[in-house]
Amino acid sequence: MAADRIFGLIALITAVAYLAAASQIQTNLFSGEFLPKLFPFLIGGVAAICALTIVFKPDPDPEWPVAGTWINMALAVLVLAVYAVMLTPLGFILPTAIAAGVLSYQISPRAIPATLSGIGLSLGLFVLFKFALGLGNIVAYRIPTAQKLWDAFAILIPFVGGH
Amino acid sequence: MEILSNLALGFSVALSPYTLFLAVCGCFLGTIIGALPGLGPSNGVAILIPITFTLGLDATSALVLMTAVYYGAMYGGRISSILLNIPGDEPALMTTLDGYPMAKQGRAGDALVLSGVASFVGAFLATVGLMLLAPTLARVAFYFGPAEYFALYMLAFCTLGGMASNNQAKAALAACIGLGIAMVGVDSSSGLPRLTGGNLHLYDGVDFLVAIVGLFAIAEIFFFIESHGKGSSLGVKLEKVRVPWKDIFSTKWTMLRASGVGFIAGVLPGAGASLGSFLAYMSEKSIAGDKGGFGTGVPKGVAAPEAGNNSAAGGALVPMLTLGVPGSGTTAVLLALLMTLNITPGPTLFTDNADVVWGLIASLLIANVVLLLMNVPMVKIFVRVLTVPAWVLLPGVTMVSFVGIYSLTGSYFDLLLMVGFGVLGYFLRKLDVPTVPVILGILLGGNMEDALRRAMTLSDGDPMYLFSSPIAVGLWAFAIAGFIAPMFLRGVLKKPQAITD
Repeated sequence: MAADRIFGLIALITAVAYLAAASQIQTNLFSGEFLPKLFPFLIGGVAAICALTIVFKPDPDPEWPVAGTWINMALAVLVLAVYAVMLTPLGFILPTAIAAGVLSYQISPRAIPATLSGIGLSLGLFVLFKFALGLGNIVAYRIPTAQKLWDAFAILIPFVGGH
Repeated sequence: MEILSNLALGFSVALSPYTLFLAVCGCFLGTIIGALPGLGPSNGVAILIPITFTLGLDATSALVLMTAVYYGAMYGGRISSILLNIPGDEPALMTTLDGYPMAKQGRAGDALVLSGVASFVGAFLATVGLMLLAPTLARVAFYFGPAEYFALYMLAFCTLGGMASNNQAKAALAACIGLGIAMVGVDSSSGLPRLTGGNLHLYDGVDFLVAIVGLFAIAEIFFFIESHGKGSSLGVKLEKVRVPWKDIFSTKWTMLRASGVGFIAGVLPGAGASLGSFLAYMSEKSIAGDKGGFGTGVPKGVAAPEAGNNSAAGGALVPMLTLGVPGSGTTAVLLALLMTLNITPGPTLFTDNADVVWGLIASLLIANVVLLLMNVPMVKIFVRVLTVPAWVLLPGVTMVSFVGIYSLTGSYFDLLLMVGFGVLGYFLRKLDVPTVPVILGILLGGNMEDALRRAMTLSDGDPMYLFSSPIAVGLWAFAIAGFIAPMFLRGVLKKPQAITD
């Protein structure tokens, strides 16, 4: 019940924000005044109706994980996000080994198998992608300057990094 | 005999040694992907698309490879359904109902071979049906104007929302999420950015591959972290595998009927394979009556949903190829593949790209035969795949997804977006919001808007133009019925629950 009401409210706010953004869509002579806004308006409107329906007719709550699992999952998101920005400055092997190892540990918390699967996956996938499939833009390793490392990391901090 | 000459053209394209080799590789890979618990056909095909794309294969080779993977994954899905009681994707749920009890009675090998044969029959008949029906439908589709196309897209979203989910509002909201995301980017007519929030990375729009891989593959990680990889232990022993001729012979009519039912369900845009396997199972259950023993592990209960499921998968290709409207999650992913290869499905596909279409159909037939031959003797190898522990498998899948998306653009932004879609996918699935309409919305949003805009331009802004032709009115009527009817039928068409030990 509660979960659906919160979800419906978030969806409603998003839909209203979407409608507001749609009303600000720039137009010019080629597109006409209204056509670029028409479909976004329809989508936002339907979404708002659906969101209201969910708020007033919620389904039973799903089974949520316990607090510890939430922390684990948040950690996994963080690891994946850091992995995403480190893939370019550090190359493939080191970030992949760490990220795969951490994920493995989170699914089954045993240190040695997790470490081994991290290293094994990293090297195995590198050989597969680089030599068997010949994907071009994967580099084994790069040694970045501190500045480059910070630049990549800063992407994840709101209002600081990102280009 | 136009079909035969077309088919000959298709085989001349698809039957070179190189493409045959690709088909065998694809079938093998696909079966493994399908068999791995938690990695269904949609995920499997989705994470392989970017990699296929960067390999630089030409359109025909890529199509042969990916359809082989697709069909292989459909075959492989039944292995985890029967042996682990874990359906790889939703259509496979029906196979667990009789497959798992049959395996527990010590007839796992029989169930696997029988379901393989049933899959073959279903997929083969559906491919034949596709050959007969698709060119005809393509001719009808020439009469479709923008109003009809808009109504058709509505029909796809409505039936998908109506039949494939438990809550209409949530399914419609999911479609809106997808359509809303599809609007982001530079507008084609004005050349000005829309809804990008000033972010330069969003000017190109959101790549549907990023969304598909995020929603399907990355979201899976969080479910495995939540469950700590439990529930995937092999509880059933597989003895010597023989061909159960008696069971195959006794279920021949079941397979034929289920294929017919499944094909019709598959052709309906938006309904797809889940409905096919469900209707096939339920109709066979009611034909057999109470004495049929459905749900206790009877051969007919294994053959019916498998034939129906695979036949619906083939049937779903009919609206996908002729109208550009996919009927299920996996066909949506295949549509994504076609669009990545710069092939636009639609009525002109059969005239402009005849070699691609008939090559695809020929490769479906080839993949089918290869799979049947591969599955009976090699089923033990595929079963061994099930013992790969989740703590190796899931990190591996994640890394493959990252590499695939990274090799497309080399941009961190797409990777972060993919992680975001993964988180979104986790919450949506937790809250019982279907994710397939999101994908479909992102894929079709641009075309749907184009149809609406053209209709509005033609009619000078008169909304009644959308209901101006009999075809359009008929499609709207089906759309509304498809959306509303399941609300009342939900009590009647109750899905049987999977058995638990």
